[in-house]
Amino acid sequence: MNAVGIIFSSINEKSVYELTKERTMASVPFGCRYRLIDFALSNMVNSGVTHVGLITHYNYQSLMDHIGSGKDWDLARRQGGVKILPPYITAFANTTNFLYNTRLEALISIRDFIADCKEDVVVLSDCDTVCNLDLSAMIEQHVNTGADITLGVKSSYVSQDSNRTVTIVNSDADQRVTDIADYSGARSGFEDVYIRIMVVGRKYLEELITDAIAHGYTSLTKDILVRNCKYLDCRVYKFDGYFATIRSIGDYFSCSMDLLDPEIRRSLFGINTRPVFTKVRNSSPTSYIDGAIVRNSLIADGCVIQGTVENSILFRGVKVGKNTHIKNSIIMQDTLTGENVYLNCVIADKNVVIRDGRVLSGHETRPFFIDKDSYV
Amino acid sequence: MITKKETVAMLLAGGQGSRLHLLTERIAKPAVPFGGKYRIIDFPLSNCVNSGIDTVGVLTQYQPLALNEYIGNGQPWDLDRTYGGVTTLPPYQAQKRADWYKGTANAIYQNMRFIDKYDPDYVVILSGDHIYKMDYAEMLEAHKKNEADCTIAVFDVPLAEASRFGIMATDAEMRITEFAEKPKEPKSTKASMGVYIFSKDKLFKYLEADEADENSAKDFGKNIIPAMLNAGERLYAFEFEGYWKDVGTIDSLWESNMDLLGDRPALNLKDREWRIHSRNDALPPHYVGQGAVINNSIITEGCEIYGTVINSVLSAGVVVERGAVVRDSVILGNVVLRADSTVDYSVIDADTVVGKGASVGKEIALSKGITLVGGGLTVPEGVSVPDGVLCDDNMLKELSANKGVM
Repeated sequence: MNAVGIIFSSINEKSVYELTKERTMASVPFGCRYRLIDFALSNMVNSGVTHVGLITHYNYQSLMDHIGSGKDWDLARRQGGVKILPPYITAFANTTNFLYNTRLEALISIRDFIADCKEDVVVLSDCDTVCNLDLSAMIEQHVNTGADITLGVKSSYVSQDSNRTVTIVNSDADQRVTDIADYSGARSGFEDVYIRIMVVGRKYLEELITDAIAHGYTSLTKDILVRNCKYLDCRVYKFDGYFATIRSIGDYFSCSMDLLDPEIRRSLFGINTRPVFTKVRNSSPTSYIDGAIVRNSLIADGCVIQGTVENSILFRGVKVGKNTHIKNSIIMQDTLTGENVYLNCVIADKNVVIRDGRVLSGHETRPFFIDKDSYV
Repeated sequence: MITKKETVAMLLAGGQGSRLHLLTERIAKPAVPFGGKYRIIDFPLSNCVNSGIDTVGVLTQYQPLALNEYIGNGQPWDLDRTYGGVTTLPPYQAQKRADWYKGTANAIYQNMRFIDKYDPDYVVILSGDHIYKMDYAEMLEAHKKNEADCTIAVFDVPLAEASRFGIMATDAEMRITEFAEKPKEPKSTKASMGVYIFSKDKLFKYLEADEADENSAKDFGKNIIPAMLNAGERLYAFEFEGYWKDVGTIDSLWESNMDLLGDRPALNLKDREWRIHSRNDALPPHYVGQGAVINNSIITEGCEIYGTVINSVLSAGVVVERGAVVRDSVILGNVVLRADSTVDYSVIDADTVVGKGASVGKEIALSKGITLVGGGLTVPEGVSVPDGVLCDDNMLKELSANKGVM
């Protein structure tokens, strides 16, 4: 079955405003050398979905820089490939002349793109779906069951105390959805949570969009899924691998630290037939100088390490000076630390300079965040 | 369409590199891995691109599969151009003849049509077996300024080693007065680096004359350069200062890898003004476990380190299990060092597994020489591979039969 992918690259941005001040959610750096969108894009490419539209919003410069021609994902193609779909705004007054706020509004604005596709099936995915999921199996299930819509779900612990909104999907033995609820903590326990990856027939999606315009719907989840799931043939596809949900800087911190767990690394990166692709930067290997001590850390290429690094994530080109101690921290691309620096539970964005002798500490629930290009 | 390129580079990449033994059993020398994530050919290719040369012919002959696949369309070096870019040039069958490349000069001779297509003024001839970072544009400037017919890059070598190289004697203006291939009594310490710039017309003239000479070895060093000197053409030397190493032997390959280590390495690959590009798989970052010790080493993507790594270069995907120790070694891609194994002063080729408690080589201070273990092998549990040997499948069988005593 041939399928076209659509990725919402600017979704959930407000939840990690520290990281999305100058970039889209899709281009938030994650896991030493990746950006969040690498996971969604790689899932598609590895499942044979090689025609992908990226819906952008504000500020998609860093995303365009990352994607380039799409070459690194093998998506620089004459047929299909990756296409950036900027907001549809014209100089003339018309009904579509507004910047979208929701996924449904975004889909309305790319109606022409969807109509022009040749594929029978559409995979819709958020950009912050950090997982290694076999989409081809999900598409196959969708086609075999003849469902109208198939939603990816993962059994996760939902806490009553959390103020986070999750979409909980109940289903029967045939994977048929019986109820969908947009919740924020009515009860605690394990529930099937919607992971914002959906498979839908292309013609059917077009109908949904036309219907949404006619009825003035704005939300894909609330107006279409929640209201209609009982009347539609809506099924779930159960995913049981690792899935990161990043809805706060604390989540970002803990999901990054998850990567230090070998089981989670295996679930994300250890599947030989499904590698995670990213933009290649041609950094040289990392140098460990005499005196370097590194424990339980993930380290990208291009770093120079002279100090101590513990339980941390170092992105490409990070320098760790003499007698510097970095603990439980996430240090992004090209950040430099001088000598005798002490960092604990710090997230340093790209190109930060931390001068000699600085002592900075946050807590795992409240990591200390340092803005891009700043100077400590 | 623009049909002219000022400079075309021709990269001789067909060499077997027989002194690299097991490493070049299935791949050509320029495809031999280097420095964790590179191959030797990345250096001349990146030098070309960084010097503004965007048209490169790569002449292949010996075991070209890995090399062809590696170069591909040239995208990692920005050489996937609509006009120009990188082209691999294997020997071919023509109407009247079908020949292997019989020498460096013959290889270029057979590809004169490729060069002519771009109508260049200058042709840069490079070899694919040296590790160095060089701006060919500076050398071309000197070539133009001297109104030279041929400019040869030279590198100052110790007098004791000079008899291993092609040695140039020059006058005060750097004009070459004498050239001797591997002389017993060298007259200078200016050694040829195997980097030539020719003015195209002169190059073609001498290639054709050399081809007609049946007694010629069809070699640049042995035939073309002496012929040009004898005819009184303007040959100049261009002095190169910086890092340059011929990695034709296991020892020099090992040394050159070691030159990447330390605070201020002899060969700096972190220079962003002169990046060395390479083709890499998409691998996750490397992981350093609790209890790992890493000292004075370089490590790249996909590695998992739980043991001890000292003074070593690890390529992508290497696993060092708990209790395993690597010292003074070069470990190529996807090698697995099982728990409590020891590797000392060795080069281990890709995809080999060193079994639990096994040992390879001897401590550098006590060792007779580098141990080379071939690719895709398994050193059985508890077996000791001695120092200074070339270890292939047969040797491993013998060793395990004798429980490691030889």
